[in-house]
Amino acid sequence: MKVRALFFASYREIMGGAEFDVELPDGATVSDLITLLRGRDDAASVLPSDPAVAVNRSYCTSDALLVDGDEVAVIPPVAGG
Amino acid sequence: MMSRAEITTEVIDPHALLAHVEDPASGAVVLFLGVVRNHHEGRAVQAMRYDAYDEMAQDSLEEILAEAQERFGVRHLCAVHRVGELGIGEVSVAIAVASAHRADAYEASRYVIEEIKVRLPVWKKEHFEDGTSEWVAGHKPEASAEGGA
Repeated sequence: MKVRALFFASYREIMGGAEFDVELPDGATVSDLITLLRGRDDAASVLPSDPAVAVNRSYCTSDALLVDGDEVAVIPPVAGG
Repeated sequence: MMSRAEITTEVIDPHALLAHVEDPASGAVVLFLGVVRNHHEGRAVQAMRYDAYDEMAQDSLEEILAEAQERFGVRHLCAVHRVGELGIGEVSVAIAVASAHRADAYEASRYVIEEIKVRLPVWKKEHFEDGTSEWVAGHKPEASAEGGA
C-alpha cells in the first residue's frame, strides 16, 4: 500500500522535503512507517523514533494501523501562538 | 452561535475579530493578541517565521473554539493564526470572545490560547540578531486513543 508522508518545520529540514509517497506492506503501523523513514539516509536517522503523528489530520498513537491512501504527517513539538 | 477559525498569511486586523463576535446580548468582549517580541531566553530576536499544517490547523482551531464554547457557554468566538514571515510587534494570533458576562469570556480566551500552545500544528522559527535561526522547541501534542478516521 502507499501512504503520503508530510513533514513540517525542523523535520522538513531533516528529511529534505515537504512530502513524499512511501510504499508499505499491508498491516503496517505508524511505528513501521517511522522506522522506514528514519532509515532513508543519515540525515533522516536524526528523526525521533516516536514523534507525534497525525493520520488524516487526527493525532494518533504509534500502533495505529495504516491503510492505502492515508495522509501521515510527522509532527515536531508544536510551537504556535 | 457561531465560531470562526482561520489560518492566514494576511496581516491580522483585530477590529475584524471584534466585529465578528459583537452582539447586543454580550456584555463582555475579551480580545487576546499574541505578538512577536524582540527577545527569547536572553537572545535578541529580529523576526519570526511561522509554518502550519494548514488543513489540520484550521480543523484543530475550530475544534478548540467549539470546546471553549461548550465548556464556558460563551456566545461567540473567533480566532486567527497568521503564518509566514512576521516582524517584531506583528500579531501572530488573535482570539476574540464575547459572552454575557466577563468571567466566562476570560476563561474561554485563556483556554483557547493554552490549547493552541499544546496542540495546534503550528511551528515558529526565530531569526536572531546574530544571523542564526532556530525552530522553537515546542510541546509534543497528545494522541487520542482513537485516530486516523
